[in-house]
Amino acid sequence: MGLDGMEVIAIVVVVGLFYVVLKQFGIWEPLSLEESNDGDLELSMVRHQPEGLDQLQVQTKFTRKELQSLYRGFKNECPSGLVDEETFKTIYSQFFPQGDATTYAHFLFNAFDMDRSGSIRFEDFVIGLSVLLRGSVTEKLRWAFNLYDINKDGYVTKEEMLAIMTSIYDMMGRYTLPSVRDDSPFDHVEKFFQKMDRNRDGVVTIDEFIETCQKDESIMASMQLFENVI
Amino acid sequence: MAAGVAAWLPFARAAAIGWMPVANLPMPVAPAEKSKRREELIILNVSGRRFQTWRNTLDRYPDTLLGSSEKEFFYNEETKEYFFDRDPDLFRSVLNFYRTGKLHYPRYECIASYDEELAFFGIQPEIIGDCCYEEYKDRKRENAERLMDDQEDNKDNKPPNMTCRETMWRAFENPHTSTMALVFYYVTGFFIAISVITNVVETVPCGLVPNQKEVPCGVRYTVAFFCMDTACVMIFTVEYLMRLFAAPSRYRFMRSVMSIIDVVAILPYYIGLVMTDNEDVSGAFVTLRVFRVFRIFKFSRHSQGLRILGYTLKSCASELGFLLFSLTMAIIIFATVMFYAEKGSTSSKFTSIPASFWYTIVTMTTLGYGDMVPKTIAGKIFGSICSLSGVLVIALPVPVIVSNFSRIYHQNQRADKRRAQKMQKARLARIRISREGTSSAFLHSKRNGLFNEVLELTEDQRLSKSTSLLESQHHHLLHCLEKTTNHEFVDEQYYQQSYLEAGMQNYPSQSPSLSSREGVTGTCCTRRSKKHHTPLQNASGPAHMQPLTHTHQQGLQELSTIHISTSRSSLNMRVDEPGALNCQSSQITTAIISIPTPPVTTPDGDAHLPVGPTYQNVVKVSAL
Repeated sequence: MGLDGMEVIAIVVVVGLFYVVLKQFGIWEPLSLEESNDGDLELSMVRHQPEGLDQLQVQTKFTRKELQSLYRGFKNECPSGLVDEETFKTIYSQFFPQGDATTYAHFLFNAFDMDRSGSIRFEDFVIGLSVLLRGSVTEKLRWAFNLYDINKDGYVTKEEMLAIMTSIYDMMGRYTLPSVRDDSPFDHVEKFFQKMDRNRDGVVTIDEFIETCQKDESIMASMQLFENVI
Repeated sequence: MAAGVAAWLPFARAAAIGWMPVANLPMPVAPAEKSKRREELIILNVSGRRFQTWRNTLDRYPDTLLGSSEKEFFYNEETKEYFFDRDPDLFRSVLNFYRTGKLHYPRYECIASYDEELAFFGIQPEIIGDCCYEEYKDRKRENAERLMDDQEDNKDNKPPNMTCRETMWRAFENPHTSTMALVFYYVTGFFIAISVITNVVETVPCGLVPNQKEVPCGVRYTVAFFCMDTACVMIFTVEYLMRLFAAPSRYRFMRSVMSIIDVVAILPYYIGLVMTDNEDVSGAFVTLRVFRVFRIFKFSRHSQGLRILGYTLKSCASELGFLLFSLTMAIIIFATVMFYAEKGSTSSKFTSIPASFWYTIVTMTTLGYGDMVPKTIAGKIFGSICSLSGVLVIALPVPVIVSNFSRIYHQNQRADKRRAQKMQKARLARIRISREGTSSAFLHSKRNGLFNEVLELTEDQRLSKSTSLLESQHHHLLHCLEKTTNHEFVDEQYYQQSYLEAGMQNYPSQSPSLSSREGVTGTCCTRRSKKHHTPLQNASGPAHMQPLTHTHQQGLQELSTIHISTSRSSLNMRVDEPGALNCQSSQITTAIISIPTPPVTTPDGDAHLPVGPTYQNVVKVSAL
């Protein structure tokens, strides 16, 4: 039935063309006209205002001027007042151009985002910085432990440590001297656990951690290194 | 590092505490913090408009002017601000760069001034943000093209002493440079036209031969046409050989389009000469005659519009390719459809799909010859859709081609307008007048000054004669220069006069002869000049010098001329030798004119070869 078939096709095409023409004239309103632009109405920007300067002064150990300066830098980079993980990764990666800093940035993000809201507000940012820069050594160590403890259960396992170590080595990139071998993170983790894990139970608790670090001279010294960053 | 993230550097450093416990080695010492973190406002006064920003903002980019200590040069102690004498509107863009880390290009600004501002503040234009980068690049390219056109015009001036070969090549490329070239140009154009007309007329049926058959003219007047053809081909061959000889790079010339066209145009004739005996290939020979029509392309040397068209087509190659591709697709689709639609109808001309190609092409280009028409209803429906879509498919790439052509054509028109002598001359004249203003003022004051020297006026009186402090300082500077080089400034008229006179008297030859006129006073200088003369000869063109004679008795001056050695390098070379100035010997440099000092005031007896690189003459040097 080739011939009739062609005629059928021709008629279908003609009908289709009519439909197109009628739609142009607006005579035949298709149903899809209504729902076009609703999606755009939701706010693309969620804005967050930080707590007042006085409250932040109470919560952190920064002076008023320091807080002002910090906020200005923060707001400049994140006008909406919130840092989401992607932006955070981008910012942090720019400091380490040779390697891949995204994994470590992820861990860092989780360490700062204490209420697990998925975004860092200025308060989180400044409270974290306060601990890091103006806190006591114990507080800093506690913060570091919090960073290593990925699932925040109070114990640092070898897997968690390996993940952290791998991410740190990733930041080095490929062009290092001597080159990073595949098992370098693993060796490093082994050494760490040998040092930290007193009771050899395969995990490091916060107390073991703090105790070991307090006994180590170089670690104590390096903790004081960044006192004058702000 | 981008601007914003510089603000996060303290954070990144603080976060490094996370590495400390796992580190095996002790950490390096932190860099010493400079006194105290300066969180202070600084004021930037740009031509009166005050901008204020944090000092830290500017410190983000330490390799720019504002970010480094270079800005201390602009610090104003009294007002405690940094003053820049630049455009405040453009400064906005610069400052926003520091604030946001992105550099934007304002569209209404002139590209050259913007570039200058960026260069001043030490900012690379490459970091212009993506939003503005295309616009910036386009404007920059346009500007560069425009400047290139201007420069090309200036290069039209003939450098002297080209070899015969170079002269010929120049004559070929620019017919308006000499009469011979123009004659050649018209002659070849005429012969191209003759040749083309001959080819055309050859095929016209032309009268009857006794056996009542119409024959074309070519067959009837074989000899005449053959002679005409021979003449044209000879001219073309000669022209081609001459071009080949004159071309600076023969290999490149042979590969160029025009020369290939030339070869293709004359080859059929020679092949025909060779092949007339052989009967088998005479069929091919007839086909070869078709290539004679390529002679018409030789006109493209004579017509700029044709060249532009060719260039446009070349530059629109991708659009043309797209057009071709879409047409091909559409043709195949519609041909298939038409074939199957018309398969059933009796005595249909649509015998196969390739046969339908012809119908589709004719319909899509809206030609509609009518030798193939669909008869079934389906065929007619699809045929009408085919013709409608044909219009659309062809119409799409055409505007792109047209706009390309228009842009190139306008560019050429602009270049032509500027090439029009009047405009250039008027502009140069205006520039010259403004320059002369300064130098004539200087000369005027110098004459007054010389008067003053003789009359031994005091300092104050001399100063009172000058118009302003700035001018007098400027004049003093020029005077110092004169004293340094032991040449003096004169104005144009005298220079031209002296040049003409000297030209008439001494034919400027290549020989370094020092013809002296009426005695040479100041032998030391001439001797020195003689010594310096030979090295100069090697350096550049002929330097021909006549020493000046100064006679007190005669009121007038002999004007010495030194013909111009046009290379600027020699000018620099010479002026930089201030060594032997003790006996006022001149370093022979370039344009040298004597000064028409009034006879009363000739200072002393030594031959003082007064010449000087004048401002105008520097301009003239390039013109010569």
